[in-house]
Amino acid sequence: MSDVVEKTLTALPSLLSLDSQSGAGKLSSTSKLGGLIRSITELTSKHEEEKLINRELAAIKEQVSSPNTSMRQMKEIMVRAIYCEMLGYEASFSYIHAIKLAQQGSAIEKRVGYLAVSLFLNESHDLLLLLVNTVLKDLQSTNLIEVCMALTVVSQLFPKDMIPAILPLVEEKLTNPKEIIRRKAVLALHKFYLIAPNQVQHIHSKFRKALCDKDPGVMTASLHIYLQLIKENPDSYKDLTGSFVAILRQVVGGKLPVDFNYHNVPAPWLQIQLLRILSLLGKDDQSTSELMYEVLDESLRRAEMNHNITYAILYECVKAIYTIYPKSELLEKAAKCIGNFVVSPKINLKYLGLKALTYVVQQDASLALQHQMTIIECLDHSDSIIKRETLEVLFRITNVKNVAVIVEKMLDFLKLCNDDYTIIDLVGKVAELAEKYSPNNEWFIQTMNVVFSLGGELMHPDIPNNFLRLLAQGFGSEEEEQQQLRVFAVDSYLTLLESDTAHLPQRFLQVISWALGEFSYLKDGLEPCKVTKLLAKLLDERNVTSESRSWILSAMAKLSAGPGAAALALQVSERYSSSLDTVLRQQALELLHLSQDPELHARVLPHGAAWDSFEVDSSLSFLDSFVSEALSQGAAPYKAPHQRQEELRQEKALSLEPYSISLPVSLSSCSITDRQSPTLLSMSSSLSGNSNELKAGSSTLKLEGVKRVWGKEGYLHQQDAVEEAAQVEEAATPALPLSPQQGGAESQQTHGDLTVVEQEKQKLASSLFVGLGSQNSTFLMGKSDSTSQQFRRKTRAADSTSSGVSERSSSSSHSSCSDFLHNNLLEDSQNSLNTQKIGVSNGTHEGPVTQSFQTANGIPEEDGEELGNPLPVIVDSDVASIGTETSKETSPFLDAGMVLVQPCSPQTELRDFVQPGSSGITQTSLRSQFPPELSQLPHSDISLLSSDHSLSLSACRAYRDDALLFVIILSNCSQSSTNGLSVQLDCKQLKVASLRGNALENLPAHSMSVCWYALLMEEPHTQVTVAGSVSYRAVPGHTQTLQFTDKLFLTDFIRPLTLSTEEYGKLWLSFSQDVRQNLKLIQGEGDPLRATLSALKEQLQLHIVDIIGSEGIVACRLLPDSPCLLHCRIHGGSLAVWLRSPLLSLPDCLLYYCQKTLEEC
Amino acid sequence: MQFMLLFSRQGKLRLQKWYVPLSDKEKKKITRELVQTVLARKPKMCSFLEWRDLKIVYKRYASLYFCCAIEDQDNELITLEIIHRYVELLDKYFGSVCELDIIFNFEKAYFILDEFLLGGEAQETSKKNVLKAIEQADLLQEVCCSLPSS
Repeated sequence: MSDVVEKTLTALPSLLSLDSQSGAGKLSSTSKLGGLIRSITELTSKHEEEKLINRELAAIKEQVSSPNTSMRQMKEIMVRAIYCEMLGYEASFSYIHAIKLAQQGSAIEKRVGYLAVSLFLNESHDLLLLLVNTVLKDLQSTNLIEVCMALTVVSQLFPKDMIPAILPLVEEKLTNPKEIIRRKAVLALHKFYLIAPNQVQHIHSKFRKALCDKDPGVMTASLHIYLQLIKENPDSYKDLTGSFVAILRQVVGGKLPVDFNYHNVPAPWLQIQLLRILSLLGKDDQSTSELMYEVLDESLRRAEMNHNITYAILYECVKAIYTIYPKSELLEKAAKCIGNFVVSPKINLKYLGLKALTYVVQQDASLALQHQMTIIECLDHSDSIIKRETLEVLFRITNVKNVAVIVEKMLDFLKLCNDDYTIIDLVGKVAELAEKYSPNNEWFIQTMNVVFSLGGELMHPDIPNNFLRLLAQGFGSEEEEQQQLRVFAVDSYLTLLESDTAHLPQRFLQVISWALGEFSYLKDGLEPCKVTKLLAKLLDERNVTSESRSWILSAMAKLSAGPGAAALALQVSERYSSSLDTVLRQQALELLHLSQDPELHARVLPHGAAWDSFEVDSSLSFLDSFVSEALSQGAAPYKAPHQRQEELRQEKALSLEPYSISLPVSLSSCSITDRQSPTLLSMSSSLSGNSNELKAGSSTLKLEGVKRVWGKEGYLHQQDAVEEAAQVEEAATPALPLSPQQGGAESQQTHGDLTVVEQEKQKLASSLFVGLGSQNSTFLMGKSDSTSQQFRRKTRAADSTSSGVSERSSSSSHSSCSDFLHNNLLEDSQNSLNTQKIGVSNGTHEGPVTQSFQTANGIPEEDGEELGNPLPVIVDSDVASIGTETSKETSPFLDAGMVLVQPCSPQTELRDFVQPGSSGITQTSLRSQFPPELSQLPHSDISLLSSDHSLSLSACRAYRDDALLFVIILSNCSQSSTNGLSVQLDCKQLKVASLRGNALENLPAHSMSVCWYALLMEEPHTQVTVAGSVSYRAVPGHTQTLQFTDKLFLTDFIRPLTLSTEEYGKLWLSFSQDVRQNLKLIQGEGDPLRATLSALKEQLQLHIVDIIGSEGIVACRLLPDSPCLLHCRIHGGSLAVWLRSPLLSLPDCLLYYCQKTLEEC
Repeated sequence: MQFMLLFSRQGKLRLQKWYVPLSDKEKKKITRELVQTVLARKPKMCSFLEWRDLKIVYKRYASLYFCCAIEDQDNELITLEIIHRYVELLDKYFGSVCELDIIFNFEKAYFILDEFLLGGEAQETSKKNVLKAIEQADLLQEVCCSLPSS
């Protein structure tokens, strides 16, 4: 091919000087474009080009707006406009004309018009709406070409909201006699499925028809849809496995027309598509996998020719074999195949070989051993993508023995890398390896130092968080080793601070200052004064952000008790007590207090206290008297932020009443409180007929010209300044220079004779692949948790003793505290947020980071007394459910306090009650297991999800007003008790608001236990799959897991929203976008509107607000609190529904269920 | 496939097709970055590139670079063959295609691409069928040209 294409641009001038007759038809079909291109090639500078194009664009602009321009000329102009845009010059004035051309031109012009539209606009462009009618017209055309053009443009871009308008026409095309139309229609539906899956859900059966189409092209096109569908939900399409296998067998056997061959390989694209589908279907499913073994084997066998296309098929085949349920014979063949890839001299194949190895080595590490020399060679490959992929392979074979070498290789690569994406990814991997397999403390600290320096501000915030948690919590049982780790950290940080600190990233500085503050007392002979001095120096450094300064000040507060440190602290606090940054100012004042009062310091910040021995009175009961006093003096009771917002919104809505006499006043107030309100205002005025007063309203404050100095958050200027400073400082942080050892190591490798190099490689190999021998089972290398981790986090259960201690010591607030923990924090995460906010309610703190940090150190005790706002007294009545074994329970708040940099996740291990029950599992016996608070709720039938010889797991859904409870009933059907049960639930689309009883120490024989998850759906989905597992030990030391999956539907999360007609009206106006759809009316006796609405109400838990004549208004909410309003109206034999919601996709999802319900009626 | 770019050895864009919605600014930025990266690569290097969270597959034909962006789980080799099939189609249509054909008749190159790939997926893999579709549309154009009144 490349031999043929020998003419290059360098030949252009000579070609142009030729007599234009010879190539005329080809080169200048559009002469003006030809002229333009020629003149551009003759130019020498970018500046000249710009001038020329601008002149050209001006000419185009004049021509398109002239009424005398014919469509034919317009077509030619459009091509030139496309060319200008391709060169990077904007020609947006021509967009509208492109649409016009598509609309009005004859076929030849239409084609260019459609092309221009598809190149100029993207899906969200407003002008696209103007195209809808044209597309509609062309879809109905009798001209095959016009229909094709319309379908082509539809499959490239179409406004999502307008899909219903053309969907019936596109569907109709699926039965068109012309295969090209059928094929394009299938692809258009594929596109629709991608952008609005709910719209095409009802035509799934037609996809099946397309799959059985007699034309291979149409069938191939339908596979795109199936791949997508199966990716999302493999279980629903298992029945098609046989068909896919049959198709693949025919393709491989050469049964397709020769037209579909590509370099003598039958329909490779089709083969690859089928292989991908099969691998998705066969994943973790033995019986389905068995259906495909034979055809996979045949594919491997047939693909023998030495051409890229066969390698592409082979690669996909190998991938499928390793994805589906394994069969040893096939695995062997696949492994051989990968071997050929890896050793291939062709670099592209080598890359794919390595890529295949990355997932193969997880199952079979011996393959890595076979190719160790190739892997070593690839590590030094000149192409960085090969290196990168090799590191990926190494990452997956890392174990305790080779971790040091592999991490070194990864860090070497990182130091030379300047791509942000790669850095983020690799830094995370290094941190993971270091944490998991670290051989010793010193290495760990040093590696993490490099990670922090290289990762900078880019890396994932979890890395420093986890690291600090590890330092704080410890990693094993041996106290001594843990102390040693801390001392190492302190040592290395002191050395770092003594040298130049300007290049250290902010995150690293924060880690350093925290560790020094906490642990520098551990080092013998280290004066706190010295550390404080170093910190003070850091504090004054110009490029340190205020967030880091806040960390440094906290560290200084911890150290301020020591001799000499107090004076320094005084100095620092004086300087910062006039800081513009309120957080810093507050911290400086705290520092001042603490350094002057050693007794207070010792109480608040005790040295070396175990991290979990702090008693945090999360109910803030010590403030009770203060609060009641304030209340008695007439202070307003505390309102949670969301409550305040709600009220604000209501106020605002009130002020929008068009007839109100007090209009001017309320209007002006609302424009101040919320800048969005003017838009709402204009909307309501356009909607209500009686809006003249409003429009005339010069009463609104004109805020545009006024500089906003004061805002919701207080004085604005100061915050901006901080942000600006932060940006400047970040930009100023330079990259870390290379370490000298690095250069040395490389030169060593390049010099020296061949044998030395060989020896080096052998040595490297033995260090890299150590521990991969056959005696090590493959599991050792996997990422499974069964690996013995070097730095394993303390399991929560181990904390029980210390938290027990804290409970004993907090005798006064014990009961209220624990109630609070169990009910408010666990049951309702919103409340837990409130409590976090309490500390911040004076509004000076910047973020949760510093806040929780202080909480951990007990400073809020000081702070709380300064609080102006009355605080809530948290009382909870729901104590009954947690009766047993309080001492076993961990206190999540303490945990959260120690996380320091993360807000707490409401995850704990709560023991739920175990009720010994009968072994016969029936619905009633299961239901009888329900605790009282569940049994009163409406719930679905209990269904058996999964079971094995010792445990069976059933589940049902209980509908609570504020959440969907996913109730899991575990019953032990064996003769012996099982231990260490823990339930894990995984669903990314849902939010777990709380959970109960997901861990259990033991479940006696023939007994049951109930655990439940309160789930919320924050983003609407028509259905979601929840997957989970129960791990347990039937035999001591041997952990087994039981997997389960279940589906939850949008309707499970819908609750009625009770409001009055007026409230409905206000809410309706506050949302702008609406979705409209016609629904079927239920015809029966009585009023069809009433019948239809009540059917919807029954099935979908909607609330009918009002029915007036032929219109009805209905409201519901998606848990937790996203409203969706429906306005229904009888319109010519069907029910026209308008839906509005703040969540854009909620109306679509809800409509789907409305349709479904009414179809079933 | 997320997008396809054709550019010359001089870094001049010859064709661009985006299958994901992006702003013009973003498109320009991506194009600039990729043209630079790809042109900097040596001839013996791997045809695949990791770029942001995407895979770039590129191949040079004479003075033209063909460059596709795919997702990580997609098959790199088959993408390379998609590029090749497209070049074959162009070659067949123009009759031993060269860069000039694509420069002066880029709208035709777009038409062929649209018949071959639609919405980022291979639409029709039979060479004969693609060319037949293009020829039919061209034929219609000629009819229209000769009979403008119809």
